[in-house]
Amino acid sequence: MKPARFDYLRAGTLAEAHATLAAEGEDARVLAGGQSLVPMLSMRMARPKVLIDIMHLPQLAKIESDVNTIHIGAGVRQAKLLAWPEIHERQPLLAAALPWVGHAQTRSRGTICGSVAHADPSAEIPLVLLALKGAIHLSSRQKQRRVSAIDFFTGMMSTARNDDELIEAVEAPCRAPGHGYAFREFGRRHGDFAIVACAAVAHADGVRLAIGGVADCPAVRDYPDLTGTALDDALDEFAWELDARDDLHATESFRRNLVRQLGRAAIEEARRCRA
Amino acid sequence: MPRMSADANHRIRFKLNGRMVEADAEPRMLLTDFLRYNLAMTGTHVGCEHGVCGACTIEIDGVPARACLTLAVQADGADIRTIEGLAPAPGRLSVLQEAFRRHHALQCGFCTAGILLSLECYLRDNPSPDEATLRDYLGGHLCRCTGYVTIIAAALDAAERLRDANKDA
Ligand code: FES
Ligand code: FES
Repeated sequence: MKPARFDYLRAGTLAEAHATLAAEGEDARVLAGGQSLVPMLSMRMARPKVLIDIMHLPQLAKIESDVNTIHIGAGVRQAKLLAWPEIHERQPLLAAALPWVGHAQTRSRGTICGSVAHADPSAEIPLVLLALKGAIHLSSRQKQRRVSAIDFFTGMMSTARNDDELIEAVEAPCRAPGHGYAFREFGRRHGDFAIVACAAVAHADGVRLAIGGVADCPAVRDYPDLTGTALDDALDEFAWELDARDDLHATESFRRNLVRQLGRAAIEEARRCRA
Repeated sequence: MPRMSADANHRIRFKLNGRMVEADAEPRMLLTDFLRYNLAMTGTHVGCEHGVCGACTIEIDGVPARACLTLAVQADGADIRTIEGLAPAPGRLSVLQEAFRRHHALQCGFCTAGILLSLECYLRDNPSPDEATLRDYLGGHLCRCTGYVTIIAAALDAAERLRDANKDA
């Protein structure tokens, strides 16, 4: 498996990256940590004419936070965010999900924004952004825009990014008072792609549950404070709505069952964490 | 750095096991192939070539990384360590390598270079690992021979010896 030919540009400025994206459109791909893109190139599922390496732009390699939000730049590697001393305090859901992203040996190179750009249906970071009502900051030569996570992930590995845009950062809200967070995942082996992953956020009025790994892109529901069989029914309905499919790794009914079980476990843990 | 054209060869330079090396590569060349074919450093093995098996794991700028998920052009200017750089001197093994030998932590050896590099990085940052975290960490590697038990035993043993050595130092 060898990639087809492409040019390589190590961007020295953001303007250079933008100009190349504007000129080449869909023939250009942004290269960050490469942990999703390089296998796509090797398998020739992606055949860009030019790769724009953005890892030598120091302004993109920053984690910035105030009391309300965390901004994670396009150059921030997953391992760096996981090792950030404030991560548990600032956003426990990100801290809980990050150890599930790939393996230590891929988190060392893979970036947060790269995972968002790739938008694999079973990826943890898009799921968490959806659960948290996070947002994606896009920029092109012409303009900047902020797209909420719910509008960004549009299908199987497809997003609202335009061909001339790059993801400059993603934004996640910080832990909110009175909120509880929990993450659950099932895979065949730790670090493998999730068969089902869930992220739950519990708050005073109810709970928000996001599920990944089942449908083409992560899905989210908001529930009032349900308990007992009402919660079971709601989860069952969610599981059926997700359009699960059989594949090599799991049957559709197994996936639905994981949604019910893991969904409930995540919701209960998130509620406990509120207290 | 100017745009590197797809059809041309470009000079790539990086530090490999403490020494500057250089050779030419097209932009599409994977670092695994660059190491093995262009630099004749065949200690780094290639299993799956898409990031799953861990056989190609090397150290890039102080962290473990998949060489098969890295382009040679990305590595330009980096500081890289491969299995060839582990032994302190010809005929002598590192503490971790020695522990692998004592515990029979390898059979065919295909996975071993990657696992050694990964564990070298890990033990440097975590001198007192427990078995559970080691197992989790080694989830990033496949070994079809050993069943992993001996690999974990070797890693724990090496960690202890390295701690003792540091105490004495
Ligand atoms: S060859 Fe690189 S991970 Fe398998
Ligand atoms: S020793 Fe043969 S694959 Fe690990």
